[in-house]
Amino acid sequence: MKQLAQEISARFSELGVEIPIEDVEERLDKMINKFKVPREEARRSVVNYFLKSYNIKRNEFYTGQSESPLINISDVDDGKWANIRGKIVQLWDNTHESISQVGLIGDETGTIKFTIWESAGVSSVEEGKSYLLKNVVVNEWNGKFQLNVNKSSSIEFLDEEIEVGNATVEFKGAMVDIQSGSGLIKRCPECNRALTKGACMEHGKVDGVYDLRIKAVMDDGSSIQDAILKRDLVEGITGMTLESAITLAADALDQGVVLEKMKDSLVGRYYDVKGSRVDRYLIVESISPTFTYDASELDELIAAAEVI
Amino acid sequence: MAGYTREVARRIFAQEFRESNLSFKDGDDQYAPQYLLTPTGAKVNRIFIVGTLIEKEDIGTDSEYWRGRVTDPTGSFLIYAGQYQPEAAQVLAECETPAFVAVVGKPSTYTTNEGDVLTSVRPESLHIVDGQTRDMWVIETAKCTLDRIKELDGSSPNAQRAKEYYDPDAKHYSSMVSQALKSLKETY
Repeated sequence: MKQLAQEISARFSELGVEIPIEDVEERLDKMINKFKVPREEARRSVVNYFLKSYNIKRNEFYTGQSESPLINISDVDDGKWANIRGKIVQLWDNTHESISQVGLIGDETGTIKFTIWESAGVSSVEEGKSYLLKNVVVNEWNGKFQLNVNKSSSIEFLDEEIEVGNATVEFKGAMVDIQSGSGLIKRCPECNRALTKGACMEHGKVDGVYDLRIKAVMDDGSSIQDAILKRDLVEGITGMTLESAITLAADALDQGVVLEKMKDSLVGRYYDVKGSRVDRYLIVESISPTFTYDASELDELIAAAEVI
Repeated sequence: MAGYTREVARRIFAQEFRESNLSFKDGDDQYAPQYLLTPTGAKVNRIFIVGTLIEKEDIGTDSEYWRGRVTDPTGSFLIYAGQYQPEAAQVLAECETPAFVAVVGKPSTYTTNEGDVLTSVRPESLHIVDGQTRDMWVIETAKCTLDRIKELDGSSPNAQRAKEYYDPDAKHYSSMVSQALKSLKETY
């Protein structure tokens, strides 16, 4: 017990607080011998007592003992503590008085929402600068991960530029559907949103600008992925240009024929798409048809089937 | 994400699909999705098939009702498309047989007076594709089926339920897969 008391006292003196070892020992003794508290619990309780009475932050006392691992944003996992090195991509209007700041932080592997709670008592961050967020906890909200900077966390300014990357994802599978809102569409000239029935959600009735896009559903037999193809990719994969699509629609007096034609040439075939993931969509950067398989792959599968 | 998520289109060979007869709903809700559990433990609400359309016939009396037969290396699927599947029905009406087709659809079952369960597919979409796509599908379906066979002894609820209900012979299905794969070699 004497040793335990010395440990505690030594740790406090490192923080610049001298606590007579007898005081520590006395409290420990009371806990352990009189009230039969287990050693570790007693230790915790005594530490907390002195932290409180000398007004020391808990994380200062415990630093170094439970250092969170430094991880990439793409690797965060629910319920884990982590250190995150990243650049503040955006700061958002904060919605609640208990929140100090909220926004988006990114590193080479992706971006993630973060919330700095008022109770964390840390200095505020600036957009476009890089920081090391220490000891933040990851949780899941609305199906997405986010970082929480709370009272055991700290933030360090980093004088370096961090390249914010979008993790490129690849999906191979069959295109099983093309959703409505694809084909020849019109966009609002002001905000570029797709128009529904000739009207923009924001700006009302406007003269739209023609565009081509495809909202595709990719399926590999075990999962699905919604994918968005922009005009240049649509033109490349369908061989239909915006001009020819407009002509086609004008001849038929129906924009829908463009979508029909796209479905006929794409749905049911296999593609390899690459791009970055935003919400449930994969914003496609490249798409190529998958036509062939390896002869060796075929042999391997046959062998695998025969050993069962 | 909570709420609606699209059902994955499963890959099943015709033989396994024909040998399936356990159809059920998840939950009592009126709108609960209908599933078909296959002998290797695929829980199917949507299916993706690429095969050869070898027969088609309009069996409707008043309005058009198309029946098509799509074959893969292990057998054939029956597909039925009527007025509520306009896109698929139209393609069926216009196409020539034989043709390679890709079908995305829902499995449906019909119990005969004798108590036999017949499975068929109600297509959401049906498109003409090429032979390469069909070969890709055979490979992919073989992979998916092998994965399910390997999982049969696992702890997944679908595998356990399939085992309990069908008592499937893994050998039976793995030889089906290898037969399907070997048929690809013959074409070269």
